[in-house]
Amino acid sequence: MSEVLVVVDAVDGAVRKPTLELLALAKKLGTPSAVYFGGNDSAVTDKLKAFGAEKIYVVDDAEIKGYLVAPKAEALQQLVEKTSPAAVLLVSGYEGKEIAGRLAIKTGSGIITDAVDIEDGGVTTQSVFAGNYTVKSKVTKGTPIITVKPNSAAPEETAGAGEVEAFTATISDSAKKAQIVAAQPRKSTGRPELTEAAIVVSGGRGTGGNFDPIEGLADALGAAVGASRAAVDSGWKPHSFQVGQTGKVVSPQLYVANGISGAIQHRAGMQTSKTIVAVNKDEEAPIFELVDFGVVGDLHSVLPAATEQIEKRKG
Amino acid sequence: MNIVVCVKYVPDATADRQFESDNTVDRVGVDGLLSELDEYAVEQALQLKEKAGDDTEVTALCIGPEKAVDAVRKALQMGADKGILVSDEAIAGSDYLGTSLVLAEAIKKIGVPDLVMCGMASTDASGSVVPAMLAERLDLPQVTFASVIETQGDQVRIKRDGDTATEVIGATMPLVMSVTDQTGEARYPSFKGIMAAKKKPLETWSLSDLGVDAELVGLNASWSAVEETAARPPRTAGEIVTDEDGSGATALTEFLASKKFI
Ligand SMILES: Cc1cc2nc3c(=O)[nH]c(=O)nc-3n(C[C@H](O)[C@H](O)[C@H](O)COP(=O)(O)OP(=O)(O)OC[C@H]3O[C@@H](n4cnc5c(N)ncnc54)[C@H](O)[C@@H]3O)c2cc1C
Ligand SMILES: Nc1ncnc2c1ncn2[C@@H]1O[C@H](COP(=O)(O)O)[C@@H](O)[C@H]1O
Repeated sequence: MSEVLVVVDAVDGAVRKPTLELLALAKKLGTPSAVYFGGNDSAVTDKLKAFGAEKIYVVDDAEIKGYLVAPKAEALQQLVEKTSPAAVLLVSGYEGKEIAGRLAIKTGSGIITDAVDIEDGGVTTQSVFAGNYTVKSKVTKGTPIITVKPNSAAPEETAGAGEVEAFTATISDSAKKAQIVAAQPRKSTGRPELTEAAIVVSGGRGTGGNFDPIEGLADALGAAVGASRAAVDSGWKPHSFQVGQTGKVVSPQLYVANGISGAIQHRAGMQTSKTIVAVNKDEEAPIFELVDFGVVGDLHSVLPAATEQIEKRKG
Repeated sequence: MNIVVCVKYVPDATADRQFESDNTVDRVGVDGLLSELDEYAVEQALQLKEKAGDDTEVTALCIGPEKAVDAVRKALQMGADKGILVSDEAIAGSDYLGTSLVLAEAIKKIGVPDLVMCGMASTDASGSVVPAMLAERLDLPQVTFASVIETQGDQVRIKRDGDTATEVIGATMPLVMSVTDQTGEARYPSFKGIMAAKKKPLETWSLSDLGVDAELVGLNASWSAVEETAARPPRTAGEIVTDEDGSGATALTEFLASKKFI
């Protein structure tokens, strides 16, 4: 079977969960080969192996670390030429999508972004128009390059051979023109990562700026905290918390929207959540059209009371 | 300085967006407009022009059906100097590869500018890949998803909220930039702007004007194929309760427990 290249998304030697999901999806198309930009870091390679990587290409990133996407696309092009893979899978994020875009042009290949599933034979499912339609498509030219949204598959902890191979890429000067001048890693909130979380509890303008009820419920449920743009624009939460068209797109098992009206741009970021719950004091709020369960009420009283009951049940 | 802003004509997101029987996006039956997210790119281009002085020229470029001229016109009303619509039946149904090819060839015909500016994503496809593809095709650096833009001569620095870090990205012009809605509100066309736009140059080009082979674009030349589109089944109406004296919290807790979230 052909190899399937999975581009690893790792931060400080920690492989992020969406990469493990890609390894599981890759098995449907061929044998998973992880591509890691970094040093030979056993914490990373062990993890990739444990989740099914048969091969692990380690591309030394010393020379390309400070540059944006273009060098990675160049290295991947060379790896695609060497391995003729059945597909290249990347995580749908800023970086994954842009590497994919450049790689598609370089290799003369079709591209599919934001897949939520991949079936045998490479048919992908996407959710479009703010989640109102599902689309099935397939790459018909070149090496399928597919970016997959986080939470689209369950990671499978079945070890692969995990054979590590160093790959040396030749990087052109023209790929080294956009420089990462400074990077401030996001401070950990101590809660799950928004895009990876199984449960997301969000607050909007209806919080009036007081996120305590939101955070209390989130912690009781082990959830990530999100926000509407109105809450972000008001300065109550940083932009990295924003859920929606111009923020994060999340697809958790449970999404709880509090004091959020449900504008189309917000829906675009959460409509594919498996279960949707809303608390809003306006029974006419459009968010109620989406919910599995809704409470018409004031979040400032409903959420603390519910949090207390949940804590009690957990004992 | 020369700036080309890529503006897309998209179906109105608040209307009922649909697919045609050939699985392409219905761009005719639904009212269209200049993609909201591209207004931010136009705004930033105009601010850069205002900062750089009067000899800066901002050209709005759009690939789309004839009706897409509305998107170009809106950019002119906001303050762009020139508009170009590339419209050709052969382009209909193009994927990102076809669209980025036509955009790149149109940009070459205009003359590769100091800055190619894009929105962070189109509101219909939301691929966020066209800017990177343009950078690849034009062999330019990309500084993308900018939330703050700073320029000094030909040096550009942007801030962006990356996937895991807040980053500052720097590069030298010419380059491709994409901007987010964090860059600040886009201006509304003023009455004066609307009147002035009527006199601004607006050209329509076809593929032959660009010397692009029609075989390379359009639905049939697409490098990916849509096999099926389906409207999401309407969500079954959920249960909605009204909170009275704490009953809402209890019902919410019961629901979460019944679904095993507790
Ligand atoms: C280009 C563009 C991109 C955008 N991108 C995004 C995006 O990515 N994400 C996003 O979220 N939005 C986005 N928006 C904004 C979007 O259109 C809405 O303006 C925004 O989502 C509204 O946020 P909200 O629901 O918190 O506020 P509102 O619409 O003001 O709703 C507040 C809700 O809170 C309820 N409420 C008030 N007090 C209480 C209380 N005490 N208890 C319970 N309920 C209460 C009200 O009944 C109301 O329904 C975008 C807009 C544009 C133009
Ligand atoms: N048909 C088009 N005409 C002009 N610009 C476009 C077109 N398609 C995409 N773009 C530009 O590329 C950006 C990203 O688009 P996308 O990759 O489709 O999400 C948009 O915000 C536009 O600036």
